[in-house]
Amino acid sequence: MSAKLNALNSDSYTDVSQYRDQHFKGNRYDQEKLLKQSNTLYVGNLSFYTTEEQVHELFSKSGDVKRIIIGLDKVKKTACGFCFVEYYMRGDAEHAMRFVNGTRLDDRIIRTDWDAGFKEGRQHGRGKSGGQVRDEYRQDYDPARGGYGKLASQIPAAEQRNTF
Amino acid sequence: MSRRRHSDENDGGQAHKRRRTSEPIEIEDRLESLICRVGEKSTSSLESNLEGLAGVLEADLPNYKNKILRILCSVARLLPEKLTVYTTLVGLLNARNYNFGGEFVEAMIRQLKETLKNNLYNEAVYLIRFLSDLVNCHVIAAPSMVAMFENFISVTQEEDVPQVRSDWFVYVVLSSLPWVGKELYEKKDVEMDRLLSQVEGYLKRRVKTHVPMLQVWTAEKPHPQEEYLDCLWSQIQKLKKDRWQERHILRPYIAFDSVLCEALQHNLPPFTPPGHMPDAQYPMPQVVFRMFDYTDAPEGPVMPGSHSVERFVIEENLHCIIKTHWKERKSCAAQLLSYPGKNKIPLNYHIVEVIFGELFQLPAPPHLDVMYTTLLIELCKLQPGSLPQVLAQATEMMYMRLDTMNTTCIDRLINWFSHHLSNFQFRWSWDDWSDCLSVDLDKPKPKFVKEVLEKSMRLSYHQRMVDIVPPTFSALIPAEPIFIYKYMAESASSLPGYPVSITVGNAIKNRASNEEIMSILKDVPNPNQEDDDDEGETFNPLKIDVFLQTLLHLAAKSFSHSFSALAKFHEILKALTESDEGKLHMLKVVYEAWRNHPQMIAVLVDKMIRTQIVDCAAVANWLFSQDMAHEFTRLFIWEILHSTIRKMNKHVQKIQVELEEAKDKLEKQQHKRLGLVHQQKDSGDEEDMEKNSEDEDGQLEEQIDRLQEKVESAQSEQKNLFLVIFQRFIMLLTEHLVRCETGSVDISTAWYKSCIERLQEIFLMHHVTIHQYMGTLENLLFTAELDPHILAVYQQFCALQL
Repeated sequence: MSAKLNALNSDSYTDVSQYRDQHFKGNRYDQEKLLKQSNTLYVGNLSFYTTEEQVHELFSKSGDVKRIIIGLDKVKKTACGFCFVEYYMRGDAEHAMRFVNGTRLDDRIIRTDWDAGFKEGRQHGRGKSGGQVRDEYRQDYDPARGGYGKLASQIPAAEQRNTF
Repeated sequence: MSRRRHSDENDGGQAHKRRRTSEPIEIEDRLESLICRVGEKSTSSLESNLEGLAGVLEADLPNYKNKILRILCSVARLLPEKLTVYTTLVGLLNARNYNFGGEFVEAMIRQLKETLKNNLYNEAVYLIRFLSDLVNCHVIAAPSMVAMFENFISVTQEEDVPQVRSDWFVYVVLSSLPWVGKELYEKKDVEMDRLLSQVEGYLKRRVKTHVPMLQVWTAEKPHPQEEYLDCLWSQIQKLKKDRWQERHILRPYIAFDSVLCEALQHNLPPFTPPGHMPDAQYPMPQVVFRMFDYTDAPEGPVMPGSHSVERFVIEENLHCIIKTHWKERKSCAAQLLSYPGKNKIPLNYHIVEVIFGELFQLPAPPHLDVMYTTLLIELCKLQPGSLPQVLAQATEMMYMRLDTMNTTCIDRLINWFSHHLSNFQFRWSWDDWSDCLSVDLDKPKPKFVKEVLEKSMRLSYHQRMVDIVPPTFSALIPAEPIFIYKYMAESASSLPGYPVSITVGNAIKNRASNEEIMSILKDVPNPNQEDDDDEGETFNPLKIDVFLQTLLHLAAKSFSHSFSALAKFHEILKALTESDEGKLHMLKVVYEAWRNHPQMIAVLVDKMIRTQIVDCAAVANWLFSQDMAHEFTRLFIWEILHSTIRKMNKHVQKIQVELEEAKDKLEKQQHKRLGLVHQQKDSGDEEDMEKNSEDEDGQLEEQIDRLQEKVESAQSEQKNLFLVIFQRFIMLLTEHLVRCETGSVDISTAWYKSCIERLQEIFLMHHVTIHQYMGTLENLLFTAELDPHILAVYQQFCALQL
């Protein structure tokens, strides 16, 4: 019977992104393999106030969720705006990439990406101040993510214009 | 370290592919791309693109004929929304190369046979439609097409076949007529008339028991929810009356008429429909979903009538576009919005109607529910000035018709609407719905609003719900989802379990061992026992109450905390719930403590099933228990029940897969052994080797026996679960019916409608599994003695398969 056509099989929403975890323990080949088989998604751009319950409700729409690990500020141990969502079945994670990624949770457009798998320690932000790296250098004011970025908030307002 | 550097250079597996592609593969990809993309937005006209492509393909025929045949057969099967574009292309190729035309027709017939053999009936429809449009392109001779249709219709004369079989053959003929009716009538009107009168006779004697189970609304007004073949027949009748003048379908071949009519036509080989096989899975019947008519689009083009063939073609094409592009919501939305001929129809209305039609389809939507939510959001983004208004109009309409809407469809509407609102800051004109405040809270409208707010709260938080609705709606706002700890309530100190609750609470906080905690719990008096006989662990509801309430209270902070608690004290919990009564009581305690947080109840029940603290039958019994009667019509109850059934089903499937894999492994091993024995006949090791592999075989055989037992036991549990559920339904419904009868009261209360539709829902949502147990169900439960109202549901369900 006639084969499937490559031109018609586009499923770009489930493609792996350019991001690679620099702290991944293993070689590039292992990482690619794990990403392609993964049932776990990284979820970013969450509000600091978004709860596990909200994440569970939204991500359950694409299938049964096995567990959710809320990302924590390494110092404060409070939510710092990301989480991991692990599904029982990869197919359900793929549906989340197609239909939950890029939609809103807690009024914010969230972003999902394949993750090689949760390991103890990965629930902590890797920014110098304890939160996520992105919140170190952010210039804008985001009330749901602690206000100004860490660097920006350390420099008095009057001098901010003169930096850089 | 050095290995990592090397692999980094390689950059995964992609590099190899890019460098070493050989020419033929490049050309084949190019051909595929050219063919798949023809008809898309272009600076040149469609006609000139087709002309150009035909030229290119003709030139490539000597070297790539088979590839081109394969691609064209594929697009015929997979891109039905572009049917006429490709039939025109084939027509042009046939005009240039008669032999190629003949080979293509043969390839299509081969493909048709394959799809029918593989139960791919929906794709077979597209193939036959393609063939029939090839008549318009002078590739296939009309009389041979008529002959094929005659063979299809003769299936209606077959005896002892499922109705869905003959339905399909009738459908395939009728649904091709919008494209080819005119041509066939011009050439063979006598035969076509005879054909259609046979169809008419069949439709008259056809059984339609299944219809009520598939209707989204039970009301006939404003739009009757018609059986799909009846609707199509009306549409074809009207088309015939209009002398087969059909003006909606895009027909590029008309522009090429002078070229095409010079071409020689081929005759379809005589095609006998394959006979009925017992494992054939014909498509289920459907009901046509209609929510709009010409009065609904305020300005602009008029919506074609419900019995116009244009309506059929538009809906078909939109469904096909969704089927092709559902995985990529941006493309899907773009393709829907660039529908050819969109200027002559109120496209936004058609799109919204088709999308909701799919979302509400019974038994199940063709695609995942959440896909439709995000598709509608994409459409709103692309048409911000018009689509949101149509969507709001649709929502308003559906709200108004809630009284007659199927309960399952209301659930889907609740989930869609709340999720949709959460993407738009929950902005809605709630005041427009204040009529729902003046009726009982158990009526469909206030119930709907209540459930929407509950779902919306899950995606946000309680105060948000208070903020978004007018103060008059306060009775509909969900409760704050907080834990209710009875041992901290007002007069808790007088409760019998109070002292131990303090002790065990402290023990947990101080990380006492399981043994210590068990010995603390021994002090809990058992209200079920008169004397102090501690004969082991008899069911002690108070023990369960004290421990679980306290544990869940300490872990109430989040799902993760609660899951950790269940995991940490799994041993104790299992000990407490060894008996069926124990399991039931555990669920009761969870509910009492978390009754303001249905979402938490659902995830806890899920965890308890997965960790085998409770079993599926216990959950079913709990949901149907008297204690839960007041919650029976709430959405979360049914979410829990269906989730429980799904877990049961997945469990059975998993073991079945393991069993199959073990059997395969044994077979492979045995084959390998035979092979080796042949090779090394003279070796002295033969005896040892045989003994080793016999041992291996023996182990596998043991494993297979164990798995076989596991499968049987799991299936028995599964059958029991359905028996429990159906029995409970029958008891509840019979009670209601008898009570109404003796009191001479109308049976049709809101509760009754909801309950009977929930029974339907069980059948519909799990029909594949239930089908295995039909015999038992019919013998034990759905017998002739049953009240006809309840039996009707069972009969409707059976009618879906016949």
